[in-house]
Amino acid sequence: MEYDLFEQLIGKKEDADYERKPIIIQGITGSFGSTHSKLMKEYGTNVAAGVTPGKGGQTFDGVPVFNNMDEAVTATGATVSGMFVPAPFFLNAAKEALDSGIKLLVAVPEHVPVIDSIKAMEYARSKGARMIGPNTPGVIVPQVMKVGIMPARPFTQGSTVVFSRSGTLMYEVSYELTKAGYGQRLCFGIGGDPINGTNLIEAFEMISDRADVSSVVVVGEIGGDAEETLADYLIQINFKKPVVAYIAGRSAPKEKRMGHAGAIVYGNYGSAESKFRKFAEAGIPVAKRPAEVPTLLGTRLNSNKD
Amino acid sequence: MKLLEHQGKELFAEYGISIPFSSVVYSKDDALKASAKFKFPVVLKSQLTVGGRGKAGAIVKCKNSSELILAFEDLVKKEVKGELPRGILIEEVIDKKSEIYLSFYLNRSKRCYSLIVSAEGGVDIESVTNKIILDIALGGLLPEQAEEAAAKLGLLTSKAFVELTMKLSSLVREKEVELAEINPVAMLSDGSLVALDSKIIIDDNAMFRHPELRKYEHVSEIEKQAGESGFSLVELSGDIAIIGNGAGLVMSTVDMVTDGGGKAGCFLDFGGGATTQTIYDALKVISKIQHIRAILVNLFGGIVRTNLVAQAILDAYRNNLVNVPVFARITGAESEKAQAMLVGSKANLYDTVEEAIDRVVREVS
Repeated sequence: MEYDLFEQLIGKKEDADYERKPIIIQGITGSFGSTHSKLMKEYGTNVAAGVTPGKGGQTFDGVPVFNNMDEAVTATGATVSGMFVPAPFFLNAAKEALDSGIKLLVAVPEHVPVIDSIKAMEYARSKGARMIGPNTPGVIVPQVMKVGIMPARPFTQGSTVVFSRSGTLMYEVSYELTKAGYGQRLCFGIGGDPINGTNLIEAFEMISDRADVSSVVVVGEIGGDAEETLADYLIQINFKKPVVAYIAGRSAPKEKRMGHAGAIVYGNYGSAESKFRKFAEAGIPVAKRPAEVPTLLGTRLNSNKD
Repeated sequence: MKLLEHQGKELFAEYGISIPFSSVVYSKDDALKASAKFKFPVVLKSQLTVGGRGKAGAIVKCKNSSELILAFEDLVKKEVKGELPRGILIEEVIDKKSEIYLSFYLNRSKRCYSLIVSAEGGVDIESVTNKIILDIALGGLLPEQAEEAAAKLGLLTSKAFVELTMKLSSLVREKEVELAEINPVAMLSDGSLVALDSKIIIDDNAMFRHPELRKYEHVSEIEKQAGESGFSLVELSGDIAIIGNGAGLVMSTVDMVTDGGGKAGCFLDFGGGATTQTIYDALKVISKIQHIRAILVNLFGGIVRTNLVAQAILDAYRNNLVNVPVFARITGAESEKAQAMLVGSKANLYDTVEEAIDRVVREVS
């Protein structure tokens, strides 16, 4: 199934609302949702509506608020929802959004139970939609729009794509790239939970054939085997564009959850060594620290020119 | 939340899974009293959350009550991987014919639950090549799947196995478990199955739906305080406290400190919305950890106003909450102002995290 993430986020060049696609914020009147709705608008995102049950008819920062997703979708034609609802309400909010025709859920909340994440993901899949997250900082098309909680400063427009399991490391690495002159076409938070609505491979599929993408940076961390399966996938599809990685948590003790629900090592499952080994097999250099990412990327980009 | 063995077995019993006759004891008197209820030999098992008890000598077989008391006294003070036991389980010894392995786990790459069974019980499943893995749909394990597993295992009578597996499957679904492992399951000569061990990890994020599991929660005073403030805290053994905004960033900082020859004393992620209060509360949590000799703050600000962070550090010094030096790298809005505020205090700001780490490591060495 082809899923065009860019079509969801910014539309097609011929669209009248190209780069101004409407998005809905679920939980717009909460403290988190309201802060970030404002920041998203300032960044250029067309926040067309918000949803908070019981607050329909109000406006927030010039954005109309609706009681439910059906009304908000009918009023705006939006297919993207930024979710800022508390974790216990996440699954119902996700289903409501998908039932009303939303095709992309950007699931910001942390602490969503894993079974709810699996249910939301499967439901999205059954509707031909996608979920990013939960526990994601969101997605940003630098200097065009963002759906999520990332600050604006680290990002600048360019042709590198950053996929990250961590929020702040996505900012940190993107900032290093920006300073070194490598702008980004897309920065995408996979999410710090054990279950990711869009995993690294699916995220790669969304950008692998795009002409406006020159290189990819993967920011991984301990826990699970998303990096390992990605390495196998990249070998299998013989991905030609430069890929550089960074993995956080190699000095973390085993069986300790390092902040993210998903950052935990059991035996060898999820260990940093296992990820390093797999990336080495796939010929992907792994930076020792975030600041080393642009250097490694530069080397790979130069050798690709030869 | 990882349950202790006896807590897991309590859940097993609730679900009708057979467990050996046992009793948890916390004192010598309890142990002595309990020993009268058992037919010897018995086995004594330290109740720990860390693995590797057997190798560490924290599982001891006793032939009589005087051996039991000696073993109890030895085990209660025996640390395994830095952890003291929370109780000692006295358990009858089961006369078994063979052992199998059974577990349900959250299969992250497949985004579903998977069942693992193996005829090789009692050993580390990672080292076992001969195992059966079946993926389970959202609706739960089907009896046919359990029968299929039993057939592949070569079990002569599959009934007991199917029953056990279905019961464990219900437990996993109803209690929102990330991992439920029985290693080993003892098979008795009459074909019945008994769970000799338990390893259960509950999804912390689902705890709001499970007030009945609250009684199993065990957090240290410091972890409790961190939790109340919404921080993620992992205590480590070194002397440099590492705090920052974001789990990945703090993990990355711990790695860099380790590379630089330093030893992290704790991991503290105070999350996204840093205010003066958040940072102050983070420093308060750290002040309770005895072995900290310096604090490294790595804050990637964007939305965070860095002068608020500087204010928190100054407040913490003024109120004698901390007196160890603080090495901080804070990027973000108004960082120049933050720099100026900290002049003359025991806190230093650096432009790069590398520089801050270099200084903090030199400070404690």
